[in-house]
Amino acid sequence: MSDRLIRVLVAKPGLDGHDRGAKVVARSLRDAGMEVIYTGLRQTPEKIVEAALQEDVDVVGLSILSGAHMAILPRVIELLKKHGLNDVLVVAGGVIPNDDVPALKEMGVSAVFTPGTSTKDIAAFIRANVRRR
Amino acid sequence: MYDRESLELVKALKREWEEGSLKTVLSKHPERKERFVTGSNLPVERLYTPAEVESLDYARDLGFPGEYPYTRGVQPTMYRGRLWTMRQYAGFGTAEESNARYKYLLKQGQTGLSVAFDLPTQIGYDSDHPLAEGEVGKVGVAIDSLADMETLFEGIPLDKVSTSMTINAPASILLAMYIVVAEKQNVPADKLNGTIQNDILKEYAARGTYIFPPKPSMRLITDVFAYCSKNLPEWNTISISGYHIREAGATAVQEVAFTLANGIAYVDAAIKAGLSVDQFGPRLSFFFSAHSDLFEEVAKFRAARRLWAKIMKERFGAKDPRSMMLRFHTQTAGSTLTAQQPDNNIVRVALQALSAVLGGTQSLHTNSRDEALALPSEDSVRIALRTQQIIAYESGVTNTIDPLAGSYYVEALTDRIEKEAAEYIAKIDALGGSPAAIEKGFIQQEIQDSAYRWQKEVENGDRIVVGVNKFQIQEPPPTGLLKVDPAVGERQKKKIAELKAKRDGARVEASLNSLRRAAEGTDNLMPYILEAVRSYATLGEICDTLRKVFGEYRSTVSY
Repeated sequence: MSDRLIRVLVAKPGLDGHDRGAKVVARSLRDAGMEVIYTGLRQTPEKIVEAALQEDVDVVGLSILSGAHMAILPRVIELLKKHGLNDVLVVAGGVIPNDDVPALKEMGVSAVFTPGTSTKDIAAFIRANVRRR
Repeated sequence: MYDRESLELVKALKREWEEGSLKTVLSKHPERKERFVTGSNLPVERLYTPAEVESLDYARDLGFPGEYPYTRGVQPTMYRGRLWTMRQYAGFGTAEESNARYKYLLKQGQTGLSVAFDLPTQIGYDSDHPLAEGEVGKVGVAIDSLADMETLFEGIPLDKVSTSMTINAPASILLAMYIVVAEKQNVPADKLNGTIQNDILKEYAARGTYIFPPKPSMRLITDVFAYCSKNLPEWNTISISGYHIREAGATAVQEVAFTLANGIAYVDAAIKAGLSVDQFGPRLSFFFSAHSDLFEEVAKFRAARRLWAKIMKERFGAKDPRSMMLRFHTQTAGSTLTAQQPDNNIVRVALQALSAVLGGTQSLHTNSRDEALALPSEDSVRIALRTQQIIAYESGVTNTIDPLAGSYYVEALTDRIEKEAAEYIAKIDALGGSPAAIEKGFIQQEIQDSAYRWQKEVENGDRIVVGVNKFQIQEPPPTGLLKVDPAVGERQKKKIAELKAKRDGARVEASLNSLRRAAEGTDNLMPYILEAVRSYATLGEICDTLRKVFGEYRSTVSY
C-alpha cells in the first residue's frame, strides 16, 4: 500500500449544468488532503472512465441533478468494470430520490449523497471505504 | 432628507441611548452574536436612524414610481393597477403532458405561462441523439420540431396569454417555432406577448447550456433584437438573468453586478451591430432570485432598478424612459430548499416571494416544497401558486407602492448594494467587459468562492438551516414524488421518425442550405430560421447546421 494521497475524480455525467455541488465537493476534498480532478460538464460515461484510467484514481464521484441518473450511472459502472477498475470506490450525489438508491447500491455505487450532506461526511466516508490501489 | 440641525439632534440622542439604556442592558445581557450580517454577509448595524442615511436625497435617489431612477417601481400605480404575473415554470415529458399541466395551471388562476425545456432541447440535440439518452423530458418538455410546439400550445390562444420560455443557445429557433404556431392560430406576430431568456453569457458563467462560442452567440442574440424590434414589438427579447448566478452561489451584490455587467455587454453588442439603444432598450428584461434575507432582497431589487436606470441614461445615452426601466421576473431561490422536512419549504418560499413583491417584481415563480427531491407534484405546485395568491389578496402588501421605502435600514442597504455592485462593474470593465471577464474565469471564480464560503458556514454552524444543521428529526422517506415516464424518450424517437417520413425532404434540405449560407455571411438569421422551422426541420438539424459554421464552445474548468 502506497502512502500517496487519495486520488478522486469528480465528474458531471450527462447534459446537466448544475455544478455548484460538484465544485464545492471537489474543493472540500482537496482541502481535506485528497488529490482531486474535476472533469467539467457534459461528460459521457466513456470519457469519465477514460479519465479515471488515465488519472489512476481511487474514487469516482458522480454528480447529477437532471434525473437521468438511472440511465447514465449504470453505464459508467459497467464501463469501469469492463476496464478492470473493480476496486475504484464509486459514490454519487445530487437530486436522487430515495426509491432509486437501493438499485444504485446494487449496481456498485457505494454511497449516494443527497442534498444537505456535509462535505466532512463525504470525506470521512471516502477515507473509511477507499481501497488503496 | 434631513436638515443638519435635526440630524445633529438624532446623533446626539443616539449617543445618549448608547451610553444609557443600551449600555445597561448590554452589561448584563450580551447580544446573541458579536457580529450580525445579512444572508450575503453584509454587516448589519444594531439600529438604523436618519444618521445612517444622511446623504439620502429623496428627489435624486428615490423619486416617484414610473419615473427616473425607478427606485420605487417601474409603473406609476404598481400593484394597485395590476398585480404581478403569476407565472409557474413548468414542463416535463412530452408536449401532450406539458400542455395538460399548462391548462391545469391556467384553470387554477395562473396568469402567464413559463415553459421549461428538457436539456437536449436546451443544448440543441434531438431526442434521438446519443447524448440525449436518459435526459429526454426530464427537466422540462422535449421539443424536437414545430410539430411538438403545435401540440404544446394546442387549445391555448396565444393572443390571450403571455409566454416565457427558458431557452438560451437555441432561443431564436424556439421563438421562430412560437411565431409559426401563432400564425397557424391566426395570431399575428405583433400581438405576441412573452419572453425568451436568450442570455448566453450567464450560461458560460453559471448555468451550462451553451452550444456555440461567444461571438456567433452574440450575433444570434442581436439578430433577435433587430428582428423583434420590427416584427414583435411586445416581445421581451432577452431576460438577463441573475437567478442562475445566485443559485450557483453568488451573493446579492454579485448577482446584481454580474447581471448588469452582462446587460452592458448585450447593449454594447447591439449598438455595435448597428441598432440604436432606444430601438431595443425598452424590450430588455431581467430575471432575479428571491433569496432568504428578506430586507436584503428588497434592497437588492431596488438597487438593481436604480443602477440600471443610471447605466442606460448616463453610459448609453438612452432617451426613451422605457429603456431605463428595469422590469424583472423573480423566482424564489431553489438552492435554499431542503430535502429534510420538505414542508418547511412552503414557509421559506412564502417569505422569499414576499420580498419579491415588496421589491416590485413584474412576475413571479414560487418554488414547490418538493423540488429538492424531484420535479414538483401537482399538489405542491398548487400550494406554491396559492402562496402568491395569499400574498396578493390577503396580506395587504399590495395596497401601497414600495412600502419599505424610507425604512432607514432598507435605504441604507439599497445604497450599499448599489455602491458595491457598481464597484464590481468597474472591475469587470477594467478586465474588458463581462465576456472577457468570463473568458478569464474571473466571474466563475468569484461565484465559486462565495458558494464554498456558504457551505463552510453551514458546516461550521455559523449559518443555521432549519432541519439540516439544527432542529433535525428522524423522518420517513418522502412519498408521492413525481416520476417522469422513462418511455418518453422512445415516444419522442418514434415521433421524429414519423415526422421525417412524411415531411417534404427537399424543402427541409433547401431551407437548411440557405441557413448555412446566411450563417456564413452577415444577414439577420431570423428569416432563415423561420423558413427552416416551417419546413419541419428538427431543432437538432437546425443547430447542427449552425454548429458546422460556428463551431462549439468548450469551457475551461477550474473549481
